[in-house]
Formats: sequence, structure tokens, C-alpha cells
Amino acid sequence: MSVTEKEVLHVATLARLGLDPARIPTIAAELNGILAHMDVLSKVDTSNVGPVTGIGAAGTPLRVDGGNQIPLARPRDAFAPAMREAFFLVPRLATHEDGAAESP
Amino acid sequence: MAGDCASGKVPARASVLAALERADEVKADARGLNALLSRDRDGALGAADGIARLHLDGAIPTPLAGVPVVLKDNIATLTMPTSCGSRILEGYVSPYEATVVTRLRAAGAVVIGKTNMDEFAMGSSTENSAFGPTRNPLDPTRVPGGSSGGSAACVAAGIVPIALGSETGGSVRQPASFCGVVGVKPTYGRVSRYGLVAFASSLDQIGVFGRTVDDAALGLRTIAGRDRFDSTSSDVPVSDFCEGRERNLEGIVIGRPREYFPESLDTRIRERCDAAVDALRALGATVRDVSLPHTDLAIPTYYIIAPAEASSNLARFDGVRYGRRADAGGLREMYERTRSHGFGPEVTRRILLGTYVLSAGYYDAYYKKAQEVRALIANDFSRVFAGGVHLLFTPTAPTTAFPLGAKSDPYEMYLSDIFTVTANLAGIPAMSLPIGRVDGLPVGGQLMAPHFDEATMFRASYALERTLGEAAHR
Repeated sequence: MSVTEKEVLHVATLARLGLDPARIPTIAAELNGILAHMDVLSKVDTSNVGPVTGIGAAGTPLRVDGGNQIPLARPRDAFAPAMREAFFLVPRLATHEDGAAESP
Repeated sequence: MAGDCASGKVPARASVLAALERADEVKADARGLNALLSRDRDGALGAADGIARLHLDGAIPTPLAGVPVVLKDNIATLTMPTSCGSRILEGYVSPYEATVVTRLRAAGAVVIGKTNMDEFAMGSSTENSAFGPTRNPLDPTRVPGGSSGGSAACVAAGIVPIALGSETGGSVRQPASFCGVVGVKPTYGRVSRYGLVAFASSLDQIGVFGRTVDDAALGLRTIAGRDRFDSTSSDVPVSDFCEGRERNLEGIVIGRPREYFPESLDTRIRERCDAAVDALRALGATVRDVSLPHTDLAIPTYYIIAPAEASSNLARFDGVRYGRRADAGGLREMYERTRSHGFGPEVTRRILLGTYVLSAGYYDAYYKKAQEVRALIANDFSRVFAGGVHLLFTPTAPTTAFPLGAKSDPYEMYLSDIFTVTANLAGIPAMSLPIGRVDGLPVGGQLMAPHFDEATMFRASYALERTLGEAAHR
């Protein structure tokens, strides 16, 4: 299987990466170079094994479905790029530009 | 050295000052080795003074009292930045501390600085750091290995006796081999990952560098054990890894897997390994040839699974809650500009690769298949260990430290991990210790053990270190 430049753009969109269009052919070539080495796996008979779902002798340990309170040494607004009234502030989505006039 | 500090033979303030002065002497910062990204001189001396006061008050010394340590810069600390070698986290100071740091401080260790690394632990040479490469203290024209190159370099340069790094595919063992120090990857789940910035969550483990096997054993014993903040950490009891210090290897069976000694292996590295195997025999061990037949599938398997997990773990770096945020007119543009400006080329490449192998239409062929092959690789180890072998011995890396800039092809760089990734895929413990030199450059020998049997691994390492003596550094 080889990655096309269109697929590189699609994958970059999924990954929320903005790529320089001039670099896309190089990136596609690099990915294809790497993926060529992975083709060997398609020839391996794995009909008698399932995929690994837990690591180690006992697998992944389970825990009670509840969280621990993470103790923070400083408040979020000490490290967040922008906050307002305990919310992380971000630029508006382009599809919501019309709402800009209604914001407080 | 760690023992001298902890016993009070060397006062805490003196040992910390010596570490800071040594860091200046070897130019550990960007002027020279570029091993240290940040230092906390005032905090370190304050901690040392606190330990001295406890001694004066008659408190029983803690196991690492006054021992200076450094931490890889993907381990969260409260008083120094945690950048992960990346522009996207440049200057970011974590609001919480990693469990391993809390445990080191409770044992009296003094954290003096954070070390350089390949960006987000993606690399095998520390050349992928956004803050410039680290240089090997034994030959500054060469790499220290990676991704924990800064930590390895600090131990090799004599700045600290113990350093923490992290492993996903060999990033403690390989730089240990390149720098002539001891490097340990524990069993997956042995050490808490709380506060370790995630690269690949099913592979990551915090590891320990030591100037000697004893330093590494002390370090690992301090940080290991169940942590309620890491649900993947194991409650298997932590034994005293130092207990094997004086023991020989009578009754121990060591396997020599043929796949790790290919025809293409550098003859001089093979000779150092053969000498180490002879030493293990002389200590009473039985050495047996074994086979791990799926070894050659490890690199393609790893380089599907690790980037796949990384693409998920690094999705959080988007400029919303912490770290770098690029100026942008809209939300989508903010995400894309933040991430494309904040991540370097190798991280970008692996995120793209990981996203691709997880995407619709490719998931079964790549990711699911790789996880199935991973089971075959893990089963190879289980079968050999179930067959009466206690440990495996192999070279740690196929080469000695290579020159800076020598490897430009990504896959060629990935092959540096060819002997180390299998232990991460299977979750077993492994460690590297010096076994000799080639053209003055260190060679590492690797020991691998069954899950949670670090004790036997250390026992053999202690014995081998004792027997090789100075020959391990010639």
C-alpha cells in the first residue's frame, strides 16, 4: 500500500497538523519509505493469536471506575494560554463567525 | 558514589555543590555538551541544607540522602520546566510533580536539573531536540544515543551518579550503551508513569541510569512500586534489587538468542559480547543458545504501534489548555498553526504515520496486525523463559555511538533500536551495562529477564560488573 499526497493531506487534517504544501511530496515519500518496511507483517500468520490487549504477565490491572482528584500546585490560569471565568478561552470556530457580535 | 552520599560520608551540600561544579566544568549546558536544559541551584542547595539539618537532629539517613540526580525533561517537576525537548512546551512548568520525583525526594535525593532529550522521546540520538543535540562526553563529535541522551551524558560526565530517563523502545538502554554507563528498563508497570509525559502508553516506562550497577539498583528500588495515580502500575512487591550484590551465578541459565548475533553484527562488538558470556560462565552460569524467531518483525511492529499511540497522546498539545499557542483567526487554524510550528519534523512524521495506520481502511492491515505480531514476539520470550532460561544476554545496540548528523534516513535511525524494542513490546525488564570498548567507544551488553524478575537481572549484572572490572571500560 502506498500513501498518496491526497492521503497525506487527509491524515494531516485528522491530526490537526497544518503542513506546508511544498513539503507534502517529501512527506509522502518519507512515509512510503517507512511503510515499505512494514509490509513484511502482512505475510505473517497470526491466525492463532489475538492482538495484545494487556502488557505483562497479568495483563493490564483493572481499577474501580472512579477518579483520583489530581492535586495541582498552581491554578490553571497560571499556565493556560487564556482563561475567562474558569473556562479556557479559544478563538471562535470559523463557522460561528456570526456569533461574534452576540458575545459579551 | 550514591552510597557515600547516603551514608553521610560525603555531606549533602558538598555532594550537590560538587555536582553543580562538575556540570560547569564539563559545560553541561548549551555552551558544550548541551545535556542540561535547566538547573535549580537554589532549590538543590536548599534541599541539601534540609538534609544536613535532619542529620544534625539525629534522623536516620534516608536511602538516597544528599545524592544529586537529574531527570529527563519529560518527567514533570514543580520547580523547573518540563519541555519534552519541544518548542510546544518550551517554558511550561507543570502544576503537579511526577510520582517518581516525589519518591526520590522522600528518599533524600536532590534534583539538580532536567536533561535534554529527543523531542517527545522520539529518537535514538538526542538530535531531535528542539534545543539542539546533546554531545557524547566520551567524544563530543558523537551522539550520546537517545532519546534519554542528556541523562546518560550527565552520568557519563560524572555530574551525578543516578539519573532518570524514559523508555519506549530502548531510550535508556541504548544511550547507556553509547555513553558507557548502566541503564535499566523495568518491567512494564513496575514504575509509575504518573507525571511522565506520554509517548506510547503501552510501551512507556521510566528507567534509571547509574554510574554503577549499584547506583542503578538503588535508584530503581526507590522509585518502583504501586501508585494509585497510575492505574497501570503493578502491586507486585518490590524486592531489594541490591540484595544480589555479592552473589555468583551458580544455577542460573542464560540464553544467547541467535537472532541478536546476526552475521552482520560488528565483529568487535561480537568479541566483547563473547568475552562477557565467558565471564558469565566463569561465574557459574550455564549458557545456552536459544531462538526468538520473530525478532526481525520487532522494528516494523514497534514503528506501527508506537506512532499510533503517540498520535493519540500528542493530540492534547493543541494550544488550548497549556503550552505554546500560535496566533490565529479561528479555532481550526489555531490548532494547525500551534501544532505545525510547535512540533519538529520527526514528531510530525510519527504523528502522521500513527494517524494513517489507525485510520479507516488501514487499521486492520497495520495496527491490528502489529498488535497480533506483538503477541508472537511476547510469546517468544515466554516460551524461552518457561523452558528453564532465567536471563537472556545480547548486545544492546548494533553499533557504538555514531557521529552527529550521520543518520539522515528515518528508518536507518529506527534500526538503532533493533536489539532493544523487543523488551518494550513484551513488557519485560532489561538493562545495559558496559562490557568493553571499540576504538575507545563504549559497548553495552544487555540482560533481559522475565516479568518482574529485576532481582535476577541485577544479580547477574552485579556479578558481571565485578568480574569485568576495568576491562569493561577498555
